Amino acid sequence: MSILINSDTRVIVQGITGSQGKLHTEKMLEYGTKVVAGVTPGKGGQSVLEVPVFNTVREAREKTDADASVIFVPPKFAADSIMEAVEAGIKLVVCITEGIPVMDMLRVRDCIKGTDTVLIGPNCPGLTSVEQCKIGIMPGYIHKKGHVGVVSKSGTLTYESAAQLTALGIGQSTCLGIGGDPIKCFAFEDALRLFEKDEDTLGVLLVGEIGGDEEEKAAEMIRSGQFSKPVSAFVSGSSAPAGKRMGHAGAIISGNTGTAEGKKRALREAGAIVAETPDKIGEAMKKALEIRGILQDCLQD
Amino acid sequence: MNIHEYQARELFMQYGIPVSVGKMAETARQAAEIAGRINPPYILKAQIHSGGRGKAGGVKVVRELKDVEKQASELFGRILVTRQTGPQGKKVRKILVAEAAQINEEYYVAVSVDRSAGQVVLLGCRDGGVEIEEIARSAPEKIVKTGFSLKTGLKDYHIRYFLDQMKLPYSKELAGIIAGMVRLFIEKDCSLVEINPLALTSEGYMAVDAKINFDDNALYRHPEIEILRDPDEEDPYEMQAKQAGLSYISIGGNIGCMVNGAGLAMATMDLIQSLGARPANFLDVGGTATVERVTKAFEIIMSDPEVKIILVNIFGGIVRCEVIAQGIVEAVKVTDLKVPVVVRFEGTNMEAAREIIRDSQMHIVSADSLGEAARYCAEYVSKEVR
Repeated sequence: MSILINSDTRVIVQGITGSQGKLHTEKMLEYGTKVVAGVTPGKGGQSVLEVPVFNTVREAREKTDADASVIFVPPKFAADSIMEAVEAGIKLVVCITEGIPVMDMLRVRDCIKGTDTVLIGPNCPGLTSVEQCKIGIMPGYIHKKGHVGVVSKSGTLTYESAAQLTALGIGQSTCLGIGGDPIKCFAFEDALRLFEKDEDTLGVLLVGEIGGDEEEKAAEMIRSGQFSKPVSAFVSGSSAPAGKRMGHAGAIISGNTGTAEGKKRALREAGAIVAETPDKIGEAMKKALEIRGILQDCLQD
Repeated sequence: MNIHEYQARELFMQYGIPVSVGKMAETARQAAEIAGRINPPYILKAQIHSGGRGKAGGVKVVRELKDVEKQASELFGRILVTRQTGPQGKKVRKILVAEAAQINEEYYVAVSVDRSAGQVVLLGCRDGGVEIEEIARSAPEKIVKTGFSLKTGLKDYHIRYFLDQMKLPYSKELAGIIAGMVRLFIEKDCSLVEINPLALTSEGYMAVDAKINFDDNALYRHPEIEILRDPDEEDPYEMQAKQAGLSYISIGGNIGCMVNGAGLAMATMDLIQSLGARPANFLDVGGTATVERVTKAFEIIMSDPEVKIILVNIFGGIVRCEVIAQGIVEAVKVTDLKVPVVVRFEGTNMEAAREIIRDSQMHIVSADSLGEAARYCAEYVSKEVR
């Protein structure tokens, strides 16, 4: 088991004819992902790596019965691409694109509200259900199949975390990057809700960063018992100065809100094991599993 | 992106938001000329990208015309240090000269984005004129919020609800100001439109200060805003980095950092700080660390004279580590680096990458782990300082 995607997931790549779209389609196919269609307006009828290309998402979905889509479209057009996928009835949309204007994302959020589409991102690395399906740009080799769910705002820190877990023999169910933008439709809370229901996930590693209040909301879910599995966490940005945007559009401390210390405190007080430095992320998870007496279960497939 | 108060006032006027009579001056002579055309008393306001200018001595009220030139010349060239400028402060190059309003009441009004609700939000507080961050800290219950979605847009009932919470009577005048702020916010892709204070004067409501921040991601569709950028207000290295497609922020320590990915870059800085050392910068070199990008990154890091050593932390995901290693060796040669470089690789072909580093015959150290790399740097700089 896993969350959001599995070996049956059928994927459309929006922007498949671009260099990034093509590169990562190849990597996804190598991983075993069922990439069934590509979409690039005006290039319908062509094919990329033997994947048929269509002009619209609607046509791609009708012809291939796809249920997920991944977006590699430049920021100017990315919001339209998300809305196109939503209106075509795609259930899972993963937007890799970085640099989408906030106003565009507010409109996307309004468009998604009330539909049953899940949007991951934007500005995210995508997600991997280990040995089943990979959507996005995560390297595949860092994972080991297992029972810890990983959810993170940062791309490379997701890889770092998964690699540390793998090195300790702790496998993963689904690793998921939710992105570092201020406006998103799928936050830590949503991931925790799905991981709570997933029988194959025994614990969760949460990787946050400065800005916003998503980590605090996740802490509240843990504290109140809505999320009952062991949690370990890391929050980056302790050394970040206030008022400066640290790469990600959402990673900014404004006034006294969104600080790393505040987030770490909230998570610690809720019962999560918090890694103080990034080289101890895997060990914090190990400790959290040990405390609950389920480390042995998590060292197996 | 930030703009100056005098530029924000011009946008306010375009959107029907009343501001005091006044103009920007670049010399003391100009300031006196502007004052000669408006009514006393005058207010002289230093134009730098920062709040808290009054406290830092950047705002002066002048009663008589004859004193304007002298007072203005004292402001020009002064370095203002506020909480937002950092200890180095900012030099005053421009002054806004305006009629000082007779203020009866002061309020805080702003438009921003509520991240967790995914809405545009009106923010207000009856205590205007003071720093809103201070109120958010000491008395957050005093700040009122009214959100609305872009689907409905701002409607009159949103304004009425907002003003009720503010305990202000609804008037066409106030509604017009709020609607103007929201229209400006949406049409120009702002991240903040703030009036602090919105003053009630004998002639009605007036924006006594004007602050606007723009969403960097949307500047491509606003050339009219992009031209308002003041290069004197930008960190030259941050600008240079941006042009090279790199995200760089100067922090002030002495360990230079080059990392792929924003989260990992922050985490690397955190680790350095946890060892009692100080990172010099945040630098996200991006997913495709090509020779050109790495070279540019080294150049920018080394333009900071405080940097004593550089920590390179690369998680090779899609790009293989040995490709990046070759890039680093090449870039060290090209830039003729005078400080040691510590490299930590993780990912595909990291062994091959470490070999390339070892065989390079250059002052590059390959570390086995992130912890080891950071400790090496911290120890190196502590010895250097001694």
